[in-house]
Amino acid sequence: MTETAVRNDELWPLLRRHTQARIGLGRAGSALPTRHRLGLQAAHAAARDAVHSPFAPDTVTAGLQGMPTVRVRSAAGDRPTYLQRPDLGRRLDPVDRAHLPAGDWDVVFVVADGLSSRAVHEHAAALVRATTARLPGWRIAPVVLAEQARVALGDDIAHAMGTALVVVLIGERPGMSAADSLGAYLTYRPVPGVTTDADRNCLSNIRPPLGLTYEVAAGKLAGLMGRGRELGRTGVELKDESDHADVLDRLR
Amino acid sequence: MSTYTATLGGHRYRFGSLARLLAAASPERSGDRLAGLAAASAQERVAARWALAEVPLTRFLAEQVIPYEDDDVTRLIVDTHDPVAFAPVAGLTVGEFREWLLSEAADATALAALAPGLTPEMAAAVSKLMGNADLVAVARKVRVVTAFRSTIGLPGRLATRLQPNHPTDDPAGVAAALLDGLLLGSGDAVIGINPATDSPRAVRDLLDLLDGVISRYAIPTQSCVLCHVTTSLDLMERGAPVDLVFQSIAGTQAANASFGVTLALLDEAYEAARALGRGTVGDNVMYFETGQGSALSADAHHGVDQQTVEARAYAVARRYDPLLVNTVVGFIGPEYLYDGRQILRAALEDHFCGKLLGLPMGLDICYTNHADADDDDIATMLTMLGVAGASFVICTPGGDDIMLNYQSASYHDALYLREVLGLRPAPEFEAWLAGIGLLDERGGLRDTGTGHPLTAIGRELAA
Repeated sequence: MTETAVRNDELWPLLRRHTQARIGLGRAGSALPTRHRLGLQAAHAAARDAVHSPFAPDTVTAGLQGMPTVRVRSAAGDRPTYLQRPDLGRRLDPVDRAHLPAGDWDVVFVVADGLSSRAVHEHAAALVRATTARLPGWRIAPVVLAEQARVALGDDIAHAMGTALVVVLIGERPGMSAADSLGAYLTYRPVPGVTTDADRNCLSNIRPPLGLTYEVAAGKLAGLMGRGRELGRTGVELKDESDHADVLDRLR
Repeated sequence: MSTYTATLGGHRYRFGSLARLLAAASPERSGDRLAGLAAASAQERVAARWALAEVPLTRFLAEQVIPYEDDDVTRLIVDTHDPVAFAPVAGLTVGEFREWLLSEAADATALAALAPGLTPEMAAAVSKLMGNADLVAVARKVRVVTAFRSTIGLPGRLATRLQPNHPTDDPAGVAAALLDGLLLGSGDAVIGINPATDSPRAVRDLLDLLDGVISRYAIPTQSCVLCHVTTSLDLMERGAPVDLVFQSIAGTQAANASFGVTLALLDEAYEAARALGRGTVGDNVMYFETGQGSALSADAHHGVDQQTVEARAYAVARRYDPLLVNTVVGFIGPEYLYDGRQILRAALEDHFCGKLLGLPMGLDICYTNHADADDDDIATMLTMLGVAGASFVICTPGGDDIMLNYQSASYHDALYLREVLGLRPAPEFEAWLAGIGLLDERGGLRDTGTGHPLTAIGRELAA
């Protein structure tokens, strides 16, 4: 097809197939047309409501199809505390810490509610299954289901369980177009209170079909995990080269 | 360390250090409470301001809020302080400094000359004695002009960052959003993408896409893919079309370490980008983002309140004569800035301190869905920052970023601001908009619908 084959009134609808961004909205003076202004408000209302929906660990357990799980809470006792005290969301509840098993595992997956339990309910179990399927020979710890949890809670969990690698799958902050986006954070030998965000690798927007699919995310994650274990580190020095031709050269 | 005291309502308040005094004097915000640094009561806060008003500015040269030997940002601040530039205000207290800033003596020339003589802590201190209107009135007198392919910060101008993010960095999705932003007259500060991953390959693809559009349509602007500085260094070595080097920075050495950044690394990237010589009307090659709360978030605040630490990040920024600096105010969440009122205050403080210290300060005026704020707060903040003379604002399609999951200003919001305040785009970009028929006879944006030749960018995707 040539450029002229696209009629003017078809252009924005066709372009919207490539993005959920609010493009081609038109204008009322300088402002948004009324229907788009109300559309934004509706999306914001849905996101506000999503932040406050409770975590249901049973939903994740069911999706893991028999993989063993452990439930923990952070030191943030409820949602309002969680929102205002990130320090408490990074620490385990002392009682729950004592109940965590320790063992000779290569990796522990932590499924954490974060700021969207909806993302976790919809995507976390499938991503754990797709990733573990790419890790033959790895000794995988029971999946930890963590409530009122932030990313760094994984450091405390890995430390308590004696696990070298921790992968935290966590509900990201809901946006207007996406209230169900999952993030994955990979950290090698974290030390609570010492490990920083520069020591982690991150994949965000895991949210099929519009964001990263489980297969793509699992491929990137398993690749990073393998190289992280090989190099003995994660973070800014470990790049996501999964789609890079010279990846082997750079790894030697 | 000195002790600072004030008596208020029959009670004597004591503050054991300059850092404690600054924290107690800071307008209320959730992050300082989280850090355990906030004033214990409203009266203690005002007492701290009385005490702070009496502190001579020279005191800030004698007492560092973070020790010189512990922190390379402190060393940078102390070692680059210019006593000659400082001389005109050297005899003032913080309270007198506020009055001088508001006076006619502090005009654009005087303020520009003063910048190298001010430390971030002096700027932070005086901001704590200033009301929102004071922060606007003084900041609007400061002009900081920078350039690459467009000129940022001229009087009567407001530039925008066009932010065509996509959750999977899909080139077609990015191009569609890029077209939308250009047709709405945006992108003169930078066309800047936050990539979903820091993969060098993905970043390179986006750089090539933006470079292609900028070249093809001869757009007088610059591109940036906001990857880590080490990724930019790597890509520059591989010959990628890097206009601006981006990095998030903070106000302490430890917080910068949490970003994987050192001053040496920034020095290296700065030299590499300048060596490329890709600018046409200027050679400011760095782009920094900052934001209150990042140091506390990294447990790297050293007991200093979040607004003072934020101002210290500007000492890092000004070392590199950046094209653009913006605070991402409100992005970090309600544990640092709880609601629209606190976000507005922080936006005005950051813009004021950045400008006073000589930076081309812009803003990402934004909020997340777990903060108590909405699009009306965006409109309020945008209006005040427009009056304050912000160099640029970040704009997103419909005010909704589908990659970063937050709300910022929209292209429409920027058009509103240009309309009500009579602001115009960067001159080179304005001429380009006129040349391709996107401006009407009054300089306003023409509604060309989908018949405009620029839509070739989208037609190739759609066909």
